[in-house]
Amino acid sequence: MTTAPTIYAARETVAIRSENLCRHYRMGETVIRAVDGVSLDVRAGEFVALLGSSGSGKSSMLNLIAGLDRPTSGSVVVRERDLAKLSREELAKYRLHVVGMVFQSFNLIPSMTVAENVELPLRFAEVERGRRESLALEALDRVGLRARIAHRPTELSGGEQQRAALARALINRPQLLLADEPTGNLDSHTGIEIMDLIREFNQHLGMTVVMVTHERALAERYAQRMISLADGRLVDDRPHTPHAPGGAREARP
Amino acid sequence: MKIPDLSELAVRNLRESVLRNSLTTVGISVGVASLVAMLSLGTGLQQMFTRRLEKSGLFNTVVVSSRRDARGMGSDNDPNPAESRVLDEPARREMEKLPNVAEAYPDIRFRTDLHFEGKLHSTVVSALPQSAKSNDAFDGMQGSFFSSDTAPEAILQKSFAEELSGMKPVPGDPEPNTADLARPLLGKEITLLYAQREAAAQPPLRPSDAGSSDSVAGTEYSVISREQKLKIVGVCDLDPESMRGMMRGRLFVPQKLAESLHVMGAADLRELSHAGDEPVYGSISVRVKDPSKVNGVEDAIKKMGFSTFSILDASRSLQQVFKVLFAFLGIFGSLALTVASIGIVNTLVMAILERRREIGIMKAIGASDADVKKLFFAEAGAMGILGGIVGLVFGWAIGQIINFGTNIYLRRQSIPPEHFWAVPWWLAVGAVLFAVIVSLVSGLYPASRAARLDPVQALRYE
Ligand SMILES: Nc1ncnc2c1ncn2[C@@H]1O[C@H](COP(=O)(O)OP(=O)(O)O)[C@@H](O)[C@H]1O
Ligand SMILES: [Mg+2]
Repeated sequence: MTTAPTIYAARETVAIRSENLCRHYRMGETVIRAVDGVSLDVRAGEFVALLGSSGSGKSSMLNLIAGLDRPTSGSVVVRERDLAKLSREELAKYRLHVVGMVFQSFNLIPSMTVAENVELPLRFAEVERGRRESLALEALDRVGLRARIAHRPTELSGGEQQRAALARALINRPQLLLADEPTGNLDSHTGIEIMDLIREFNQHLGMTVVMVTHERALAERYAQRMISLADGRLVDDRPHTPHAPGGAREARP
Repeated sequence: MKIPDLSELAVRNLRESVLRNSLTTVGISVGVASLVAMLSLGTGLQQMFTRRLEKSGLFNTVVVSSRRDARGMGSDNDPNPAESRVLDEPARREMEKLPNVAEAYPDIRFRTDLHFEGKLHSTVVSALPQSAKSNDAFDGMQGSFFSSDTAPEAILQKSFAEELSGMKPVPGDPEPNTADLARPLLGKEITLLYAQREAAAQPPLRPSDAGSSDSVAGTEYSVISREQKLKIVGVCDLDPESMRGMMRGRLFVPQKLAESLHVMGAADLRELSHAGDEPVYGSISVRVKDPSKVNGVEDAIKKMGFSTFSILDASRSLQQVFKVLFAFLGIFGSLALTVASIGIVNTLVMAILERRREIGIMKAIGASDADVKKLFFAEAGAMGILGGIVGLVFGWAIGQIINFGTNIYLRRQSIPPEHFWAVPWWLAVGAVLFAVIVSLVSGLYPASRAARLDPVQALRYE
């Protein structure tokens, strides 16, 4: 897989750069400034926590980076792609190949088995069946869910569902993992298991991670950088040494 | 997304809400069934009529007459008298040699008196070639067709059989059964009393039952009264010459026998100048091998200098009638399918509302607008194919039942059973294809609506 020098080289490049990024919602007369002039750089391979109270604009910010939403003004550039300038078609390709996403509510498709959910992005990427199956197995192995391959999401526990979602996010080998409160629906023990997996993706697969959370403790345990939003504005941005054992602490110089 | 993946996902999604989707599919089936039922009825009726008309021999027969006669009848044929020819035996042979002609035989038809069981009757006698045997007028016939082309035998038309047996139906009474009518007549003998034309130069051959000899003033012909005994071999129900109008035959004799009688006809009087051994005919029937070749044969005969008449023009207007009937049946059939298409739109729009989140997820993990659109299209198409095939089977079954029921009724009326029901391959394929097209068109709006769905909105609500 990825070797240490590659990770080191990647750290020098900017993965995400936003400049005066705004996302405003019109609600009749009033304008809601969900994201209001955020400028920031995220280096490749970084593990960033996006903190803030409910309604502070964390999810809106993440959706802009994910290319699910378009900015009202300002720009967001991911690996030299100005997302605002991409067509709908190109944005879909970007989401398919560059981004992996996980959500608080897992967002697995209930009518599909775990394996089918995991290989769904490969269908959109028109990967042929045989290769799809082996890639899905590999991804499920990585999250330790091989035994539940033929189950439907409703038959799994929350932690297992989030593992499946992580396997799905992983399958196209994206450069960017965007997680919106991935432990929000999990008990703290299961949450830590999931966070360990995310850190593994960050460290061993070289994925840049942006994780939305409002649990400061969790962020402190895993993130190398903590960014705080309030009312759509960036209020705090500080590097941080993760507390978790066996983690990024050793990786940092 | 690739087509196998699309269809797999589409079928899976259809199975997820079985009840709603099967109701929609039943809607399509009913539409297709009604379309198939209507159009196969139309096709079947058309085939039945065409079959009947072809069998009647009317479509492949050209009636040829001399232009001299035609002029007198005010026909619009070429009036150039130099081109007109006498309709004699060499002309007949020439016609028989034309390409696509099966046979050419003189129309022998004369009014005559006859004796039957001591009573005197009068009727029109008409000659029939052996090929007329396949004419469907003889399908329900009692007795049998002529044993040979020269046999002294006769077939009676039903109305004449009624006259001979004194069973003329009173209007209002039920028609006598042909079988009952034929039983006492078959095998009995009738005696024709007719006038024979004979060249005066030759001494008249005297058959055993010869009558008196008469000479037409100062000509080479003499006219002799003759008798011919005929055995009744058959009674036919329908009228094999229904298109002949005034000169309809009611007593039929074999062609060659009729020719050998040399009955004096109207043409003989007019063709006094044309003397010789060869007879002159009033008209000749030319049987063409294939109805589609009738036009060419007609043209060739016209070039020979004769007038022609065929029923093909009448058949063309009949085809027109069928086209209109077809259009009507098709429109009614399609109406049901149109109603069904509203069901498809409704089902798919409901599916979008229900699967908002799913669409959002798919977009979040990389599905393009086109992927989502194709998926909904595939679902519409799958419902179309399924509904189309089920509807085709339904429609076919409905047709079979109607055909069966009607034939039970026909049999009770002692009418031979008919196939007025046909599902040709193009109708089967066309109906399913039409169902798929209607479904895809119905899927257009829901599919593009699903494709335009904003994933952020779709994923916002838990
Ligand atoms: N689609 C929308 N329409 C209107 N307002 C929205 C929409 N999405 C988010 N908002 C508003 O924007 C603000 C930020 O929302 P969000 O990014 O979801 O916050 P967070 O994820 O930090 O809780 C909130 O006030 C929310 O109500
Ligand atoms: Mg949020």
